[in-house]
Amino acid sequence: MIQFSHEFEALAKAYEASGGDASALLDKESASLVVSHNKILAKNEIAGVHIEGGETPTGAKAKITVEPGTLIKKPVHLCFGVIPKEGIQEIISQFDIGEGSRVTFLAHCSFPNAVKVKHTMDARIYVGKRAEMTYSETHYHGEFGGTEVLPIVKMIVDEGGSLKNEFKLVHGTVGCLRIDYEADVRKDAVCEIDAKAYGKKDDRISVKESLFLNGENARGLAKSRIVSADRCQSEVIGEAVGNAPFARGHVDCVEIIKGKEARASAIPRLVVIDDCAKLTHEAAIGSVDKKQVETLMARGLTEDEAIDVVVKGMLR
Amino acid sequence: MLQLKNIELVLNGKQILHDLNLETRTGEIHSILGANGTGKSTLASVILGLSGYREIAGKIIYCGEDITNLSISERARRGITMAWQEPARFEGLRVAEYLNLGQRHAPGASLSPRECLMKVGLTPENYLARAVDSTLSGGERKRIELASVLAMKPKLAILDEADSGIDALSIDYVVEVIRTFSRNGTTVLLITHHEEVAEIADRASSLCGGTILKTGDPVAVARFFRNHCQECLHINMPAEGEQSNDTVFA
Repeated sequence: MIQFSHEFEALAKAYEASGGDASALLDKESASLVVSHNKILAKNEIAGVHIEGGETPTGAKAKITVEPGTLIKKPVHLCFGVIPKEGIQEIISQFDIGEGSRVTFLAHCSFPNAVKVKHTMDARIYVGKRAEMTYSETHYHGEFGGTEVLPIVKMIVDEGGSLKNEFKLVHGTVGCLRIDYEADVRKDAVCEIDAKAYGKKDDRISVKESLFLNGENARGLAKSRIVSADRCQSEVIGEAVGNAPFARGHVDCVEIIKGKEARASAIPRLVVIDDCAKLTHEAAIGSVDKKQVETLMARGLTEDEAIDVVVKGMLR
Repeated sequence: MLQLKNIELVLNGKQILHDLNLETRTGEIHSILGANGTGKSTLASVILGLSGYREIAGKIIYCGEDITNLSISERARRGITMAWQEPARFEGLRVAEYLNLGQRHAPGASLSPRECLMKVGLTPENYLARAVDSTLSGGERKRIELASVLAMKPKLAILDEADSGIDALSIDYVVEVIRTFSRNGTTVLLITHHEEVAEIADRASSLCGGTILKTGDPVAVARFFRNHCQECLHINMPAEGEQSNDTVFA
């Protein structure tokens, strides 16, 4: 029988609370990496997926390589977290997705007891030519709001490649979230960045998504969905640079504020350098759309229930 | 079933509804026929109690109860709902969930989301898991709106231009759904500016200049509409000699 450390069990429990399937962390057919605080608790490699991990005084380093031409059937599971009330976790990661390969990552970051925790993610992602990568990161936080979450991700999507990067923080109270994503999208490549967050109490949320459409016919979408409740303040900067012929980019931001003391702002920045590039943006900030709410109220829901349905759908 | 008594509504200083009186009977399909801008959708909004349409003079009596001051939710829980002319779209909300929402407070509801979709001519397998968002065409969204009203099995369904934006081949489904409502005992207030659709009703009323000019047999009301309202030759008063034995308000 497999014996689990107390720490692993606690992290697995938090992993499940954030929507993850903890059994996948033990599945030998799924590649996985489990890091608690600065300890690598588990690591599993499979054919085509190599994981080099190392512990540092304040976190861990990981280099994940997917061999060219391999199609990884089961998602690669990444589990990060800090179980104690206080701590620092600095993750330095590198993803190298080989030419023509296809892979999905499911990452879960759990800080259920955080009172004073700092979690940074400094990631470099390279998606090779004609490779496809999906990276989906879900956060789970307790209600103390004592976490500083700082994900900085630099992405390169090479010729004909595809990257979808999703970030979601809708459970619990984070404290401070500062996302900084930047993508270099090359010829015929596609990149979609999608950030969703629900800020409560005194949370501070800052999202910066930048698309540099550097290759001919590159496609990019920078999408954000933020809800700011109570006294939360949020700011979204969506940026797209059309730097090559026929590059197409779109910045799509929706921020909902719930409560008189919540604040939200959005700053789209579109820069066209090549005269054959085309960029668009849309932003909607304010309360929940009245028509949506009234439509649901006409189905018998109360106003609060209706707002809840709209918000949950948007953050799904 | 529903009585509107002397309804007056002024929006931004403009009289939109004026001395409007209307009565529907239980289980009937009642068409409201009127040209664009005569107050049809406003009337629907007043009956449902939408924000911006609550400050009215007059009374709304529903099943003997004065509901003039009730919220939308309270009216819905008493069995009143609406299919919007331009239905809202919801990011992330699946069609199955949307259809189920209305059944929470509708104990009489018996059709499953799957059955409701089939009734409006949509293949459940293709739609149940889809989001009620901008990926749906206008016609698909309107049919899903009808399905969601059907799912509630309401006592009073207000269908605001349910036939507009629907392709010709699908109009038959819409007409059949309207008849299904009636067969199930639902009173239908059918708002339209298409005479042919209005004529499927048991009774009809002609709305012009914010008031009901004539109520009665749908064919007669359609004729009245055609002769007098399409070009809006008059605003609030029927032309001389148009009074008939049908009930005429105003």
